[in-house]
Amino acid sequence: MSKLKHDTHLTLARRATQTGIILLFISGSRLGWDILQGNLSFSRFLDFIPMTDPFAFLQMLFAGAVISTDMILGTVIVLVLYGLFFGRAFCAWVCPMNILSEWAARLRVWLDKNKPGSRITVSRNIRFWLLGLALLLSIVFHTAAFELISPVSILHRGLIFGFGLGWTLILAVFLFDLVIVKNGFCGHICPLGAFYTLIGKYALLKISHNHKACTQCMDCKVVCPELPVLKNIGKESGAITGACTRCGRCIEACNDKALKFDIINPFKN
Amino acid sequence: MSDDSKKITRKQFLAQSVKALGMATVAGIGWGSFVYELKAAPFILRPPGALKEKDFLSQCIKCGLCVEACPYDTLRLAVPGENKPLGTPYFTPRQTPCYLCEDIPCVASCPTGSLDKKSVSKEVDGALQWDVNRTRIGVAVVDTENCIAYWGIQCDACYRACPLLDKAITLEMDHNERTGKHAFLKPFVHKDVCTGCGLCEHACVTEKASIYVLPRSIALGRVGTNYIKGWDKRDEERIKNAGDNVRTQTERSKKKPVDYLNDELPVDE
Repeated sequence: MSKLKHDTHLTLARRATQTGIILLFISGSRLGWDILQGNLSFSRFLDFIPMTDPFAFLQMLFAGAVISTDMILGTVIVLVLYGLFFGRAFCAWVCPMNILSEWAARLRVWLDKNKPGSRITVSRNIRFWLLGLALLLSIVFHTAAFELISPVSILHRGLIFGFGLGWTLILAVFLFDLVIVKNGFCGHICPLGAFYTLIGKYALLKISHNHKACTQCMDCKVVCPELPVLKNIGKESGAITGACTRCGRCIEACNDKALKFDIINPFKN
Repeated sequence: MSDDSKKITRKQFLAQSVKALGMATVAGIGWGSFVYELKAAPFILRPPGALKEKDFLSQCIKCGLCVEACPYDTLRLAVPGENKPLGTPYFTPRQTPCYLCEDIPCVASCPTGSLDKKSVSKEVDGALQWDVNRTRIGVAVVDTENCIAYWGIQCDACYRACPLLDKAITLEMDHNERTGKHAFLKPFVHKDVCTGCGLCEHACVTEKASIYVLPRSIALGRVGTNYIKGWDKRDEERIKNAGDNVRTQTERSKKKPVDYLNDELPVDE
């Protein structure tokens, strides 16, 4: 196994984006700045551009809510942003849970090294089931069901408005990732991530693999949090599709310049 | 990998489906009961203009814009540990009451319509204008056992704190039989005028407030369609949609009064 000492410029860029967005939300709440107000469920950018969490929007539709124009506009903006361009980049570049889950994954390397073979494998499709379940429960209980328990919202709201006992749930998610399932929450459970996976299917921004340059060192597979997306590494060139979060850690890990961010027409095979 | 190895028999498919469905049911029951418990928190005071609790919970996206808009830091988003629907706005009048801002910034900032602008506005020359006195957050209730004004001690803290002075709370004069020469000045809440802002609760001088705001759904009864104020035209409106079935049928009322009176007389023969 290679030492994971390599280029980190994309990770640094992601940390800067993630913390920058959180700080802008906090300053919106505490200092009254109007760059970003609200939270990731619904926010106003520069006091007039609405942005809606499209998954929350969908749950509200199922819950039978009367939808306002602000909500529709905000949803369209976010859907265009991620659906057409960024794909599932929300998870790796915006969501605050990503920071925790990557720390957990990093700490887990040590755990795995000292007690190998203690792996629990869980299907990565659970999140899609939970997505469906969220919508079903939203109908049954007339309320956005995932929003009531979402660790992502609890973490994000906690940072802006205060945690209460919410930190216990965040700790639980962290420990789940650390000692139970590798990349457990983001890679297996989170229906929000599943939702962005679905809407990001045809997004232009993807990571592309150049098979000719690849030396099949498989360093990318060591760092990838969504391992199945790298199934074509060492086999054929092409775009990385599926649940890829565009975190770019494979790009950083690759010493052969065989992976890079790319704009790919989804309709050209 | 050939395609054959991926194929599964009908029995396997059935078994897998049952398994997946079973797991989804387990998750659904756990998740659903959690949502159900959280939703069943009827004691919560919402911001001005909030829809009925059931509709509010389907409509509110928990963005916290109302909390950020509140100039008095009255509103909070519910956090884990408070046994309230997570992330939804509420306030505790004893800590910080609602000061009934004339331009109602919390309602103005709400993107979803869960804080309904119409309910706290009036029409002036065809245009909607804020009318914060239409707010119906809850209703103040006096604990006449512990209110010291009901003991005969002079206290009008709530009366003076009320923004609808002498309208929502009046002081009712009464003779103090115990001393024979003093007057009671008892605070009396006019529930049709009270906004539920909680300034009275905030001002109350007893250790635990003896006047407090309750949600209207808890504090107020409901007459139903059996009784109306015949002298009040508006009250007759209330039963306009009561339907035709306003007669109660019993075994006895099926017969004519004369018949059943004669039938049921114990007659010695």
